[in-house]
This record gives sequence, structure tokens and C-alpha cells, in this order.
Amino acid sequence: MTHIPALRLGRPYESLDKIGLKDSIATVSQVNAGIIHKDLQKIAASRAALKKFSFAQLIELCGRAGDIFLNANDPQHYVETLSATSGLPHVLVRRNMQRIHGMLANMGQVLRGLTRGLDLDDKTSPYCFNPATDCLGLVMPSNSPAVNSLWLPAIALRIPVIIKPGRDEPWTPYRLIQSFIAAGIPAEAFGFYPTDHEGADTILRLCGRALVFGDKSTTDKYAGNPAIQTHGPGYSKVLIGADQIERWPEFLDVLVDSIAANSGRSCLCASTIVVPSYADEIADALAKRLGPIAPMPPEDENASLSAFANPRMAEAIDAGIEQGLATPGAVDVTAQYRGGPRLVNFQGGTYLRPVIVRCDSFAHPLANKEYLFPYAGIVEVSQGKMLEQIGSSLVVTAITRDECWIEQLMESSHIERLNIGPISTMKISWHQPHEGNLFEFLYKRRAFERI
Amino acid sequence: MNFDAHLLEIIKWHFSPETGCPFWLDWARKNFDPCKEIRSSADMLKFPHFQDEWLRDLQPEAWVPAAFKGKPFNIFETGGTTGMPKQRIGWNDYKTDYEEFSGKISDEHFPRGGAWLMVGPTGPRRLRLAIEHLANFRGSSCYFIDLDPRWVKKALTAKDFDHARAYMDHVVEQAVNILKNRKVAGLFTTPKLLEALAEKINLYETGIRGVFCGGTTMAPQYVRFIIEEVLEDKIGFYPTYGNTLMGLAASLPLRPEDNYSITYYAPQPRAILRVVNPQKTDETVPYGAWGRVELTTLTKEFFMPRFLERDEAIRREPRAPYTWDGVAEVRPFGAMEKTIVEGVY
Repeated sequence: MTHIPALRLGRPYESLDKIGLKDSIATVSQVNAGIIHKDLQKIAASRAALKKFSFAQLIELCGRAGDIFLNANDPQHYVETLSATSGLPHVLVRRNMQRIHGMLANMGQVLRGLTRGLDLDDKTSPYCFNPATDCLGLVMPSNSPAVNSLWLPAIALRIPVIIKPGRDEPWTPYRLIQSFIAAGIPAEAFGFYPTDHEGADTILRLCGRALVFGDKSTTDKYAGNPAIQTHGPGYSKVLIGADQIERWPEFLDVLVDSIAANSGRSCLCASTIVVPSYADEIADALAKRLGPIAPMPPEDENASLSAFANPRMAEAIDAGIEQGLATPGAVDVTAQYRGGPRLVNFQGGTYLRPVIVRCDSFAHPLANKEYLFPYAGIVEVSQGKMLEQIGSSLVVTAITRDECWIEQLMESSHIERLNIGPISTMKISWHQPHEGNLFEFLYKRRAFERI
Repeated sequence: MNFDAHLLEIIKWHFSPETGCPFWLDWARKNFDPCKEIRSSADMLKFPHFQDEWLRDLQPEAWVPAAFKGKPFNIFETGGTTGMPKQRIGWNDYKTDYEEFSGKISDEHFPRGGAWLMVGPTGPRRLRLAIEHLANFRGSSCYFIDLDPRWVKKALTAKDFDHARAYMDHVVEQAVNILKNRKVAGLFTTPKLLEALAEKINLYETGIRGVFCGGTTMAPQYVRFIIEEVLEDKIGFYPTYGNTLMGLAASLPLRPEDNYSITYYAPQPRAILRVVNPQKTDETVPYGAWGRVELTTLTKEFFMPRFLERDEAIRREPRAPYTWDGVAEVRPFGAMEKTIVEGVY
């Protein structure tokens, strides 16, 4: 059986406590909080090891690591094991790999985007920046491999990472770390600590800067702490303006991709569609496209639905939707095209088939929900009231050419990332910060003069 | 004296009007006469489980054996209980227990005459007097830093983790202060406090040579962490399992094949530990299996048959020099099924 050790600033550590992954595919060492605390006392040496490299060298090594990640060390085995433990079909794992590879291959562009074009190696630059921390702590989720692309720039920015992997997804961060080390990045720049809540809390408390992923209760706990960036539900949305709504059939592909790409397992995926009219027609058209999607064998190239690593989560989501539908004002439009239940078992996996719920207002409990599968509520709201109703949204794609409304969208503090035009919420540009600006999180700019 | 002879002597003592306590004499009148019914350790199953409410609800005088009447007693309370605690009275039992334990710790780790520091629950607990007595018995003196586990438990139950952490920092800060300013060789503390202390100060460099630890769960990985990283394989480590009602069960030095799994042996014949099937507590579980810990205390000061501890453990075979069963990897009963507030204690 495969064993994944902890990595204590690069040094493999096999603990006595191990957890087993699904179907005994692998065991993962578990460390206690004290070990993390102990290692963090030596973190300055890890950062010193990264500082021996110029930023340009690190960018080059990132590119090399990306190639190793994508092509070396039996990638097919990685695809199969990750698919088996996470439920992602092979094709989606490969797509996630491509996304991670893209981030590493384009690290120069990514850093230019994050720093707004700063030449980090130019010591004569009038802009000076100093690190806000010796390391970046990460409490990762299990939902999707590409989420790891968020921390990759830290290495190019000379900041070591202290990672608590998601319980069911140690594979990707572990493989990434191995790829970085093989590419020539010092091993001591990487802490990989499968651990419990106390260990996660230690990472968040003691790393000068940290990212935490989780549900609303997790992110609420750390909201307002400037050293911790929270990544919870995205509540991403597609809005169609009154000027474009008559053309709605042309935007169906964008809507479908926004809702269902990556099996809906991303905070970037749209979970609400907001339109000024034609909500019934659009809901029906989306349901016709998404409703028939059914589980397929993981190795099937056409598979687009992921199984749930934890079947109880799927059951709870299904029950939650059922409960929501009991509140008047919502209809599961996909039901008629699904021809069966939402919750299904297929070849030993538990799946939720796509759901489009037509809600009569934003106030309905199913209108602004986010789940780990292709799900969206569709609501009819007049354009003038959309911005006051959508609430906090990680990504908003607004399909409009109405400059006056675009101006209002640009001003909105509820929207973290804004796409104007028929752009999938899932689209990522390397030169744009993905979620928060990691450079500004890890470094502080300061005034600087030197004679 | 063999175990059954000790058992019969204790039974006779507690159930004879001239030596026994009011509680047990009254109990025998209402139930059965143990002097006639109990002939060997197997007969102890005739007793029902001791009810801990008796130690909460009754006045301490109910437990004074006639032979001790008129002699002031110590009142010891159990650790982290909130509300009315269980109380055990005593005179010399703690001295007997800790004098015996003294023979199990080495002079290399606890040099005779070298000072001790106790960082842990003092207050109404037996442990406070016991540790001081142990130090004194070895020609040493002891410094004390108190920790109130009841307060910590309240904070953790209320999910007030910041407060609990601040309190722990406060305790550790005081201990560091002593270690920086006084020569101390031996340390008694709980595992969590030990870990926190080692984050602030290098224990070996400060002069600590032996650590006597008890009070909460120590799973093998955690034991390994303590030995390798906190004590840096340089300081003697003596984990124990004990409480006010039993005394203390010592552990034997770890062997490689133990894989950091600690087995404790009760201080027989004064106390017996059995690992029983939680559903059928008359039965012990097989060796190597988990079960609930059952404690019987058999001293002239205190008789407590078949008390079901709130702990579970693995039953282990006897190991020299102990000729009786051991209990290993003790943890709160039901730890795998529910979250237990253990805190820093």
C-alpha cells in the first residue's frame, strides 16, 4: 500500500498515527500540532534557502516543476489514484493538471500580474517591498486539485509554504512539492503536515500569513484577521443585462460552462443566474442541457460528474435541497429532464446529478446556495435591483454593453472579480490575481530612498 | 503477602464494626456480608459497581474507618470535575504509593537532593501533597505552579479557546520563570504543559533531567513526539496513569517493540485495574483488545470495589516485574465516538 509521509521542511516523516484513504489505496501519516510548532521555529532557514535564488531563477524552476508535475513520475498513476479517492473523473483530473501546469509555466506572467509589472530582481527599483511573513500557511480543501494553484506563486516569491492538505486530497500538494524539489527548489521550503484541527489552528495562528479554505462557519471564524485570507463559498454569479437578454440563447454555452465545468466543484462556478426576464425559459433551456448528465465510469473521456468522496455529504446536500424545495417559490426544473433521482449510486460511487432551481426571488433559501456539484438557482430581478440583491460574490460575469450599468458594476464592493461580456466565470487569466493578490498578502510595499 | 490474603484482610477490616467505616457497615447490612461471601479475588464480582455519586453526596465522615476515628484526614478531590467533585479522604495512602513509586525512578533522572518543580493541578488534589512527599522522600524540595483544570474545562466547553490558551500561557510563563531563576532537576507536569513549556525553554539546558508525567491521554505518536522532540532523547521520561481514587500506576521503560505504546501497571495489591467489556462488565476483554477500565481500591483507608473509570484502555499481559495485567494507551471512554474535553490537564 502506498504511504504518504509528512514532510517536515522537506524531511519525510512517517508517523505512528496514519489514516487510510478510500478503499485502502494509501495511508497518510498524521502529525500533532506540536511537531508543526517545532518546525516553525526553524522556518527562517527555509526562507534563507529560497532567498539564495533570484526571482528570475525561481520563475524558471517553477516552469521546470510544472513540466515534471505534468509529465514525470507516472502521471497516469496520479490521475487514477486521485480519481479513486476524490471521485473526480480522469478527464477532470487531467484538466486540473493542465491548469496547475499552466500556472507554473506562466509564473513570470503571473508575478507580473500580481506585482503590476514590478521587476522583483531590480534592486534599483524605486518601489521597495518587504516580506510580511517568513512562510505561508495553507489549510487546504479536498474538493479540487486546481485549488493548489493559489499557493504556487508563493514559492516564486521566495516564501516557504506550510501545507495542511485536505483529508481526501493529499496527492496534489504532495506531487507538487515533489515536482518543485525535483526541479531544484530547496526541499526545506516545503512543509506538508496532514494533521487534525489543532494542527490546522497552529498553522493559522503561527504562520505570519495563511490561507484557509472551508465552509461559511470556518471563514466567519477568521474574518477580520488580516493575517488570514479566507476562501469559502464563492457565490459566483452570471448576470444578464436588460440590453442583452433578448439574445439569451447565444449565452447558454457560457452559462452551462460556468455552472458545470469541473463538475461544479469550484468557488468560481456560478451558483446563481440573475436575469431581468425570460427566467423560466432560460431555466428550462439549462435544465434541458444539464438535466440528462449522468455519472459515467471515471475513465470515460466524456465523464463530467464527480463522485463524492464522502457519500454522507451528498446525502446531506440532497436532503438540504429537498428541504429548500418544501418552501414555496422554487421548482427543480431539471427533475423533468433527469428521469430519476438527484442522488444516485453508480459503480460504487455516490453522485448528485445537476440541478437547476427556478426561484421566485433572492429571498428563497435555494436562490443563493453553493454546492459541490453542478447546481444553480435562477432568479428574475430587474437590472436596477440586481446589485443590491446579489450579495458578496467571488466572480460576477455581467453580460451587458450598458456602460452606465458597467460603471455601477465596477464600483460594487460585493464583487471580487468582474467579467464583462459572455465570459465563463471559470476563466482564469494568468496576468490577473486569482483570488486576492498573493503578492500584496505576502509583501508590504514601503517608501524607500537610498543614496 | 499474596494478593488474596491482602484482599481478605482489607475486606475483614472494612466490614468489621471495630475497624470499618459507617458506609460499608451499613451497606453490608442491606446487601450481603463480604466477610462470609468474599474468599478470593474472583468473588469480587459479587460486588456491584461502586457509584461515584456516593463520593459526591455523602459527608466525608461516612468513609472514616473506625480505626481512624478522631484522626484528622486529608480531603482530596478529583481533577477536572465541574460541579460537586468526588472526594476521597485519606491519611497515609498517598505516602505509601509515592514512596513505592520512588523506587521506580532513577537517581540519574531525579538526583537525590535536586529540586523538583510541579506544574499542574494543586489545590484540593492528592497529587500536590504526593509530589511534594515524593520529592521530600528523595531528599529534595519542590516548587509548585498551579493549574486549575476546572477553569480550563469550562473555557474549552464554552469554546473560549483564546481564554484557555491565555491561561495556559500564564501557567507556562510562571514555570519558565522558576526554571530560569532556580536550579531544578526533576519535573512533574501534564503532557500538554510539558509541550508548551518546551516551546519556551530548552528543558535539558535548563537542568531538567527527569520528567514524571501524567493526567491525560498519551497515544503512541504523542509519546514519540514527547520523547524525541520535546525531551530530545536526553531527559528521562516517566509516564504514569493515576488519579485520586487509585494512586498511581507506573509504566515500564519502553522497548523498541512497544512502538511507543505505554502500558501501566496498577499498584497491586492496593489497587487493581481490569479492562472489561463495556456491555458485560463481569468479563475482561482479551489481551490486546480495548475495554473500559475498572478500578478496585483496597487499602485500610479506602475500599472501593469495581469502580468504572471514565477511561478505556488496551488490556496487556503481565510483564516483569509485574505479575498482573497492565492497561495501555489509556484514553477517555468513548474517545473514538465523541469529542471529549480534556484540555491541558
